[in-house]
Amino acid sequence: MLRFVKRDEISKRKSIMIKIASVMLALVIFGIFIIFLKKNPIQVYQSMIKGSFGSAYSTKETIKLAIPLCIAALGVSVAFKMQFWNIGAEGQIMMGAFFASMFALKMPNLPRPMLLILMMAGGVLGGSLWALIPAIFKAKWKTNETIVTLMMNYIAIKWVTFLQYGPLKDPKAKGFPKIANFTQNAILPDLFGVHIGWIFALILVVVVYIFMKYTKKGYEIAVLGESEKTALYSGINIKKTIIISILLSGGLCGLVGMIQASGVSGTLAYNVSGGVGFTAIIVAWLSSLSAPIILVISILFAALEQGGSFIQSSFGIPEAAAQILQATILFFVLGSEFFIKFKIERKVGDAL
Amino acid sequence: MSKVPYISMKKITKTFGKVIANNNINLEVNSGEIHALLGENGAGKSTLMNILSGIYTPDRGSIFISGKEEKFSSPKDAIHAKIGMIHQHFKLVEVMTSLENIMLGQKTGFFVNKRKLAKELKILSDQYGLEVDLNKRVYDMAVGEKQILEILKVLYRGAKILVLDEPTTVFTPQETKKLFQIMYKMKQLGCALIFISHKMDEVIEVSDKVTILRKGETIVTVDTKDTSPENLAELMVGHPVDLSINRVKVKAKETLLEVKNLKVVDEDGIESLKDLSFDIKAGEILGVAGIVNSGQKEICEAIAGMQPVKAGKIIFQGEDLVGKNTRDILKKGISMSFIPEDRLGMGLVGSMDMVDNLMLKEYHSQKGFFIDKKPAVARANDIIKKLQVKTPGIHYPIKNLSGGNIQKILLGRELASDPKLLIMAYPVRGLDINTCYKIYDLINEQKKNGVGILLISEDLDVLIQLSDRIMVVCSGEVTGMLQAEKATKEGIGLMMTGHKSKVKEA
Repeated sequence: MLRFVKRDEISKRKSIMIKIASVMLALVIFGIFIIFLKKNPIQVYQSMIKGSFGSAYSTKETIKLAIPLCIAALGVSVAFKMQFWNIGAEGQIMMGAFFASMFALKMPNLPRPMLLILMMAGGVLGGSLWALIPAIFKAKWKTNETIVTLMMNYIAIKWVTFLQYGPLKDPKAKGFPKIANFTQNAILPDLFGVHIGWIFALILVVVVYIFMKYTKKGYEIAVLGESEKTALYSGINIKKTIIISILLSGGLCGLVGMIQASGVSGTLAYNVSGGVGFTAIIVAWLSSLSAPIILVISILFAALEQGGSFIQSSFGIPEAAAQILQATILFFVLGSEFFIKFKIERKVGDAL
Repeated sequence: MSKVPYISMKKITKTFGKVIANNNINLEVNSGEIHALLGENGAGKSTLMNILSGIYTPDRGSIFISGKEEKFSSPKDAIHAKIGMIHQHFKLVEVMTSLENIMLGQKTGFFVNKRKLAKELKILSDQYGLEVDLNKRVYDMAVGEKQILEILKVLYRGAKILVLDEPTTVFTPQETKKLFQIMYKMKQLGCALIFISHKMDEVIEVSDKVTILRKGETIVTVDTKDTSPENLAELMVGHPVDLSINRVKVKAKETLLEVKNLKVVDEDGIESLKDLSFDIKAGEILGVAGIVNSGQKEICEAIAGMQPVKAGKIIFQGEDLVGKNTRDILKKGISMSFIPEDRLGMGLVGSMDMVDNLMLKEYHSQKGFFIDKKPAVARANDIIKKLQVKTPGIHYPIKNLSGGNIQKILLGRELASDPKLLIMAYPVRGLDINTCYKIYDLINEQKKNGVGILLISEDLDVLIQLSDRIMVVCSGEVTGMLQAEKATKEGIGLMMTGHKSKVKEA
């Protein structure tokens, strides 16, 4: 008989080994699935790596996918650290994009640096205001933030959809429902072939790391996350701390909206976020809310996505199949948490 | 008594990870015997009893009931073998009546004959002298009543072997006495009782035999009549212990804290403190006795500014604290340490290390945006040395430490802040004897330095020995204020249940 025994503690190395093993297992399982599709799994995996890092072009594409994931995951992690379950990154990204776009569309002829700075401020403002609403509800009336933030995603998405099909529809697009393209002044410049969002991401990883670890506010957020009673006991202003960390969390997500609208799509659209806000939650969680690990995980996730779309075209594997791979990996990694907390033992006989 | 012991546990070994909770433990209990299991926290008492009641399976060793070997793979098997366990935390459904609680989990078929059940229960409770109101809901019951209901529940399931895990911890002396009556009755009727406790005088009073466990091993089994509290304590700890607590004489000084007509209302609008008044002088220990949830927590929280105050005044050194926030109150030199049952609920952050926990109350007085951890590191090392905290390092998450060590960190932090008023609620909850006495010494030391101390405790003996005055509270009201030297446990016990003292404090 086998039984599960709770581990006292586990070394970092061992827990990383378990996680790597779980990814391997997921790859094996998906490999079997590929065999059913009558393809060679090893070739498919090889071409996935090729598709995500094989050339300068594909590497750049992967990085472009990683930027929003990384920044949004940082944002989510700040709220999660306080055990405020901000599921609303998607909506905060949309509202950030919306605010930023307003500057881009209404003042298209401002000098580029000024316009971009305004757009960034707008993005941060939009995201943080959108996050502030559930935070106030929570601080005042103890509403459940998971539900409220989740629902507000849909309000934001539908709001932008409404704008796109209605008031902001570009008359020059020949009836095609799209919002007018930004002027060149509102587009993020490139550096080494990728828009400068990657620099923001790197800076923010460092800033968030230092903030959470070495500042008073970061400390307060961590205490509050652990126990509200303890926070109250040590004299932390609970409402203020909730509000500040949520502004920060939403602000980071809002910035993602600005980066995506300005650096990637060149305009506002209802799919400007495209699920990044949800994937970011997974990235933050898998990284145990640690900023440096978020950077690594978001690149891996981006590679998975990029490689997935590459095999679609090169092997004719349907998109849905590529998504199965992502889901399988997630499933196994999350499942491995169990083996980090427990170990399996052979049941010892009752013999004397 | 038969030659074959009723229960016999042989060479029981159980490990959790690297920790050996039980190591080759032997225990024999006869029918018609009250057998006390004595040991400090972590000695392995609860593990052993959980094995006997089928909750854990032992790694090695065997259990014999009336000479027949039994293997329990679930609590059901143990119930089948007539073993009933009364847990420290009652397993009752609050919103159900006594009758419904007893019915739960019984194979009674689809329809339940409540009347028949009630009749059976009546017979049973008369037989054992239990008083249970079958139609009373559990949330309306006092702890003592709940316990009796638990006993009736296991008796109805046919238990002949009763395990009581620290049953008297939260009892008044009167409730304890009642429980002992029931235990004697069961003994007469041929049951075997195992009584887990760390209160020496109770063990001496009620048991026939005592088995002492230390660090997971059986030390010895002795006849109770051949032993003494001092002897038992020595066996428990492993070296002689001085069980007396000194009341340090300090000349009464000026009044430090004066609470006047304090009223606190909880979230549901119920008054948890009704018109409470008391004072504490510098260099005085005011003990607070009361049944759980009589307002102790609210007193602490109101003084510390964590609890909104409906009416009344809390005057500290001439200044009213009502309406001030926690941080300002902390700065005035009031330290509050409340040890909740899980030890970590208030005052400490489990996932953080010692350094981060020591900073909790003073990090905000640092200037600037960043935190300087150096002073806290120095203090952490200091506290480890002074209070002999056992930890792998100052950067080790404290939730992985043992309860005693966690508590030392909390107390170390509170004492290091040089408070003028020290509020301590349950400071020795779950600590081993040595540490308890070390903490009593620390409290006395603070008293000598002129600190005013509000000491809340469940242990009336300690309150009587340590405090100068004792305030008894019952459902948010003061029911007595006594000079500790003249107080008796029985007298306090009566006041704890609401009988107001006729002699108000002089």
